[in-house]
This record gives sequence, structure tokens and C-alpha cells, in this order.
Amino acid sequence: MSQSPDDPDVAGPRQRHVEMGVAAFMMLLGAITIFGSLKVGIGWGAEGPKSGFFPFWIGLLIVATSGVNFVWAYTKPNRKLFAEWGQIAQVLKIVWPMTVYVAAVPWLGIYVSSALLIIGFMRWLGRYSWPLVLGIGLGLQVIIYVTFEKWFLLSLPKGPLEDLLGL
Amino acid sequence: MESIGDLMGGFAVVLSWQNLLYMVVGIVLGVIIGVLPGLGGANGVAILLPLTFSMSPTSAIILLSCIYWGALFGGAITSILFNIPGEPWSVATTFDGHPMAQNGKAGEALTAAFTSSFVGALFAVIVITLAAPLVASFALQFGPAEKFSVFFLAFCSFVGMGKEPPTKTIAAMMLGFALAAVGTDTVTGQLRLTFGSTELLGGFDFLIAVIGLFGIGEILLTMEEGLSFKGKATGINPAVVLQTWKELPRYWVTSLRSCLIGCWMGITPAGATPASFMSYGIAKRASKNGDKFGTGEIEGVIAPETAAHAAGTSALLPMLSLGVPGSPTAAVLLGGLLIWGLQPGPLLFVEQKEFVWGLIASMYLGNVVGLVVVLTMVPFFAAILRVPFAIIAPVILVICAIGAYTVHNNSFDVVMMLVFGIAGYFLKKCNYPLAPLVLAIVLGDKAEEAFRQSLLISQGSLGVFWSSGLVATIMSLGLIALFWPFLSNLYGKVLTPALRK
Repeated sequence: MSQSPDDPDVAGPRQRHVEMGVAAFMMLLGAITIFGSLKVGIGWGAEGPKSGFFPFWIGLLIVATSGVNFVWAYTKPNRKLFAEWGQIAQVLKIVWPMTVYVAAVPWLGIYVSSALLIIGFMRWLGRYSWPLVLGIGLGLQVIIYVTFEKWFLLSLPKGPLEDLLGL
Repeated sequence: MESIGDLMGGFAVVLSWQNLLYMVVGIVLGVIIGVLPGLGGANGVAILLPLTFSMSPTSAIILLSCIYWGALFGGAITSILFNIPGEPWSVATTFDGHPMAQNGKAGEALTAAFTSSFVGALFAVIVITLAAPLVASFALQFGPAEKFSVFFLAFCSFVGMGKEPPTKTIAAMMLGFALAAVGTDTVTGQLRLTFGSTELLGGFDFLIAVIGLFGIGEILLTMEEGLSFKGKATGINPAVVLQTWKELPRYWVTSLRSCLIGCWMGITPAGATPASFMSYGIAKRASKNGDKFGTGEIEGVIAPETAAHAAGTSALLPMLSLGVPGSPTAAVLLGGLLIWGLQPGPLLFVEQKEFVWGLIASMYLGNVVGLVVVLTMVPFFAAILRVPFAIIAPVILVICAIGAYTVHNNSFDVVMMLVFGIAGYFLKKCNYPLAPLVLAIVLGDKAEEAFRQSLLISQGSLGVFWSSGLVATIMSLGLIALFWPFLSNLYGKVLTPALRK
């Protein structure tokens, strides 16, 4: 963050390009809102304004304001970096394990997935010793199990391992 | 004074061992939440909300509101000792708080911060005690047009008072309204914007959005910065506390001014963050030590902390009396009320007296308990921050995921949480404000309902929003707030040169 943006060693996507992307994506969301509103009707019905009336105008405002944001980002001669590639790699180190985790929860249950996430993360990024990694990874699952299932009587998703253990 | 009697009744409700225990647990959890990156007041309350479904509403709100007070206190610890604002409203506290800690006066800075927080919160609670019943009884006469005008004013305030570009604030806010519209139309019962997806039938739950935007998004940001925490020693002990307390009354003018700024900014939903900056800025200009601000002036700690807490607390006034929350955390608490089967708004003061006054009484007690807890347990909380991020991050991710799942016992919500998290990372990096987005998701259906009912009454004419003095005044205030950046700019351009001539 401290290096100057023009430093040739520091590379990464430009802030304005990302801003343009975000604005364009929001315009798309606005367009979807308008489209969906038109499908249910934006006029005046038997019970007053139809279901699409309010979201239609909301969608128009999203498209209009995002359009302005897009143009501003496009015209602003700003060479500031959004982030360095190294920083983005850091962020991805958490995004992809999280994606796998989210996908795994319905199959493995939340306990096994969470234990794997914590153990994998601590071992991979923190390089902690196995006893500590396993202690925290598994210990937290026990705490969660007791707190949620026994104390507050909330059932969390379970997978094959829990079936095997008969929990 | 009818409200004093009601308040005493409230104390009677709150003063049970069970509720006092919830209070202490709430404060301690809240400070931990405030200290940890990725967990904030709004997000922490959202995650713990499902745990309270089986509790009585009064105990539940005591637990959750105390988490909120705790989080407000917690932000100061990280700002002063680590120069890392745990919460956005404690950014201004780092300006003078951290230099004080570097000069070896961490104890004084922490004592001043906690005490100021307490004073600000207490002032705001007194305002709530006196004003909320009046506002509520006044609001009882509101029709749909007046209701909509209040929502209008609340949302316009974000545009005018936020430091983000107005078009970005509006875009973020409207995105929230669009997300709120997905699912069943509350007026006609018709499905809309679901595009045939069964997952979208129920719409987007704002709790999932809060956990994703504030929780996951924050973790991603922290990860990007690759934070390593290097803190200062605390050195807080009773002698330091008493010494600082002796010194504090000298700054009563700063305190009082900060209280007023905070209450004003909290009630109009500008929130604690701008309140703390504004209060710091004004204190710097007004103080005779103004040029020393930034090098470790105790006044530079008092001003933002007092205002942030006054704002954070008074944000509950419009939430309780009008059903319009003044901050994201107040919005989550409002969501809690709805889940427990209570209707926030003026009728709450009539139909759920015990609950409302129990909550208000708990604010008095909660802040006293909070002050004691933070003053005695600072070293413990500071130690939490020294736990490496490689351990903290996955644990917080898991807690967020469990929190998201338990809202509806639905695995798809965990997926949505991640989507909101990544969106939050980009929006935050591109300077879009998240608070109006969240508030729009919470209030979208209600604002739309009020808007459509008003139009139904007037047969489609927008004139209904200028049909009476009251509604016209609120709408006009909203328009002024909306165009405030433009108006103040115009004022500066047109009048300043004219005056110079």
C-alpha cells in the first residue's frame, strides 16, 4: 500500500477499471430488476400500483446512478491501483477454500467441513504444529456441538460421519 | 412524569439474576466481537440472533443490545493499543489515542475513552427515556404518507451526510431495495423477481446480507492488508483510572458538545462514524490545544468516543418509536423484534410497555456493567488480538457460516453469505457505503407498502406527499438532506465570493 502506484515493480488492476466493472455489474442487476418488474406489471391494477411498480423505478434508479458511476470512473484519469497482484493472491487464498467449504457443507455436514477448513488453513498459511492445529480444529467442533445442539437445541447440518457415530 | 414510573417498572423487569447474567455475557461477547477483525456489532448480533429464538423477547434484547454496547466499547481498545480501528466509528479515536499509548499513557487513553463512551451513552439513554414516548405518541397519528416521508428522510440523510459520492450511495441503497423486493410482494401476495428459482421464493434475508457484507467482506479486506498486530502494553490500574477521572471534568464542554452531535447524528440515521469524525473536527477547532491534536491530546479521545456512543445508542430511538433504525446494528435488532413477534414502531410503547421499558432500563444498567467490565478486563481483551490471524480467520469464517445457516436452517444461505461477502469486498474497495444497502433490505418492504398505500389513497397522485403541513415538512427536509452536498457547494460558490466583495 505504501509504494507509489507508478512503481514498475508493483502491478495490479487499476482502481478505475474495477470501479467500471462494479458499475457495469450493478447496471446489469438494475436491468434484471426492470425486466422482472415488467413481467409482473408496472401499471395500476385493481389493488392500486401493481407488484412491479415500485421495483421498476428502483431498477431505473440503479441503472441511472450506476451509469453515472461508470462514466465517472471511465473519465477520471486515476492511475491508483485497486490492489497489488500479491494482495489479490492473499484474498484468493481465503476465497477458494471458502468456496470449497460452502460447497462441501451439504455433503459432509458443517462439523467435518469446518474442521477441515480450520485445519487446512492453519496448517497451510500459519504452518502451525499438528497438535495445535488438530486441537483447535477439532476442539472448536466439540464446543459448537455442545453449544448449538445441546444448549440451544439448534440442529446443524450433518453428514456421513455423524451418521456413522450415531449423533 | 409518566415515563419515570415506566422506567422504574422497566428496572423491576431487568433486575433478575438471569438478566444480569445475560448482560455480563453480552458485554464480554460484544467487546470480543468489537476487538476481532471481521466481527462487528451488526454482524455479531446477526450471528447470535438465531440463538435467541427460544428466549423471552426481553432477555433476548438485553443479551443482544449488550453485545452492541460491548462492541462499541471494544472498538476503542484496538484503536488505542494497536492503532487498528476495530470498528469504523473508532477510526477518529486512533488519531490521538494511539499517540497517547506510544507516549506511555495507554491507561489514561483507555480510561478516557471508556468513560467518555459511558457518558455519551448515558446522555443518549436519557434522551431516549424522555423523548421516545413523546415521539411514539406523536407517530401514532401517522398515516401511510407520513410513514413513507419518515423513511424518505432517513434514506435521504445517507445521501446528504455520507462522505461517499451521492450516486454511489444511491446505487447501493437502491440495490438494497431491489433485493428486498425479491420474493413475495407483501401487498398483493404475488411472486416477483424470482425468475422461477425456488431458492429465491423467500427473498433475500438481510441477516445473511449483514453476515456476508460485514463479516466475510471484512475478513477479505483484512487478508488483503496482511495485518500483523503490534500492540502497546496496557498498564491500566486503579490509580491511573482515578487520576484520569479527576482530570476529565475539565473537558465538560467538549463532552456536552460531543453528546449533542452524537445524539443528532444517531437519530437522523447518519450514524456513529460521521458523528465521531465531526465531533473530533469541531473539538480540534474549538480547543485551545487544537494544534496539538494528533500528538496525543486526551480531548482528541474524549470527543470522538463520546459522540460515537451517543450516536450508537440514540440510533435506537427512531428504531423503537418509529420503526426506522438509525444504524445497521439497530436494523439487525429491529429484525430481531420482528422475529420475536413484536412490531417495532409507535404501537410498541402501548402494547409492549414491559418490553420497551425493560430494554431502556437495561441500557442504563448495561452501560454501567460495560464500563466496569472493560476497565477490569482490558489485558484479557488485548491478549485476544495477539492471537495470529491464521487462527482467527478460519474460526471467524466458520462462526459466520454457522450463523448464516441457523437463520433459516438452510445450506443455500451459506452460499449466499459468501456471495454477499465477495460483493461486500468489492463495494467497500470501490467506496460504496454498506449501511444504506443493509437498511434498504430491512426497510424495503415497509417503505414500499407505505408508498403504495399512500398512492392508493390519492389515486396515484404524488401530491399526497405534500398534502398536509407535517408530511410536506418531513418530505422537504428529506429533499434538503438529499441535495445537501449540492446545496452547500452552491452556497460556497455563490455566497463566499459575494461576501468577499
